[in-house]
Amino acid sequence: MKRIVHKHPLAIRWFHWINFPVLFVMIWSGLLIYWAYDPYKIQIGDYTLLSFFPDGFYKFLHVPRRLAEGMAWHWVFMWLFMLNGLLYVGYTFISGEWRHLVPNRNSFREAIQVTLYDLGLRKTQPPFIKYNGAQKIAYFSIMLMGVGSVLTGFAIYKPTQFAWLTSLLGGYKAARLEHFVLTVGYVLFFFVHIGQVIRAGWQNFQSMVTGFEVIKSHDPEPPHAWAYG
Amino acid sequence: MNANEQVAKTYFSNTHLVRTFAVEDAAKKARVNGYDGIKTPIPEDWKLQVDHPSETDQPLMLTIEDIKALPKHEIVYEFKCIEGWSQVQHWGGARLSDFLANYKLGTKSGNGPNPANTNDLYKYVGLETPDEGYYVGIDMESALHPQTLLAYELNGQPITAPHGAPLRLIIPVKYGVKNLKRIGRIFFADERPRDFWAERGYDYYVGL
Repeated sequence: MKRIVHKHPLAIRWFHWINFPVLFVMIWSGLLIYWAYDPYKIQIGDYTLLSFFPDGFYKFLHVPRRLAEGMAWHWVFMWLFMLNGLLYVGYTFISGEWRHLVPNRNSFREAIQVTLYDLGLRKTQPPFIKYNGAQKIAYFSIMLMGVGSVLTGFAIYKPTQFAWLTSLLGGYKAARLEHFVLTVGYVLFFFVHIGQVIRAGWQNFQSMVTGFEVIKSHDPEPPHAWAYG
Repeated sequence: MNANEQVAKTYFSNTHLVRTFAVEDAAKKARVNGYDGIKTPIPEDWKLQVDHPSETDQPLMLTIEDIKALPKHEIVYEFKCIEGWSQVQHWGGARLSDFLANYKLGTKSGNGPNPANTNDLYKYVGLETPDEGYYVGIDMESALHPQTLLAYELNGQPITAPHGAPLRLIIPVKYGVKNLKRIGRIFFADERPRDFWAERGYDYYVGL
């Protein structure tokens, strides 16, 4: 027997799918800006493990010499990013959706169990409502990272007018690095997120579009959203 | 972008000062990053030309001694390039606001600038190198900022040619691109003066 559950409210779906292209533009234009001064790398002793970024990477993406263009995009889409983020957080508070997103004391233990399960080291998935512990931690962190990007962003955008903020974040240079690291975090999140969405399957994916997920109730191992309706 | 400028200006305040550092924090060798407008030798008869807005008035022709006669201020701050790098540097010179007050410039009435009487102020200050190879426009609020200097010293020494000798603009509330070297001419306008990097696609305001 199949059952249809209402999983994602319309507002959440809008926020999610608006955020996707907006964040994409922010990362892309951020890359155009970063290119003009790109000192960051991961080094072990004298050995450079990873350089941000190799010339071939820039060339492949047509990044070089587009600083002005990057700034123009960045400084327009930042408003959309902030507005969408603000409305999202506001909505989750008013609707009560935040209860599904904010990790609680069980989330961390649950997250470890979920990770073991995902890696094939554990047979069963711990029970959960809507989001498991690992998801809660990931989605909540990404929201906090969004706040972090806005704060570090303003610290480097207006380091004089918001001098208190820039100082709080360790200075202009530090804030620029923090802003960059957060962006690397989004990219890593993106890859894990895509991987997990593919693993969870079509029904789960389309629920982020339509809001509904079809669940076969004889399924011995419900993927998601059992008790949520 | 112009909307961003409006937003930025509502929050801009002369009481928001650029963070300053101790003199010993300043780079011993300040970075040089651009030669537009200073590719020819410094003119031997260099004078600072200041245009009087009314066409009939002769421009002021000032020497470096005239600028040095004004109260000297030093600032050690983090110079920020639009490319993203920054460096703590130590500059010395006269406040642009003192200069405008002393020579009664930047206003339509011909009096010294009175920040309370914004209608009397021109909206922009334009600056150009003697060869007109580099040029910037600065909004009057930023020009009157107390940390904006007509600088003639770097690390306590006269500015060298690559840094913009004999006199350059140091405007900490803007990216480096607005810190014009080797000032040849200063003028005032209500329309935006032409700006080298704005013509090349950059934001005009670039306020920090």
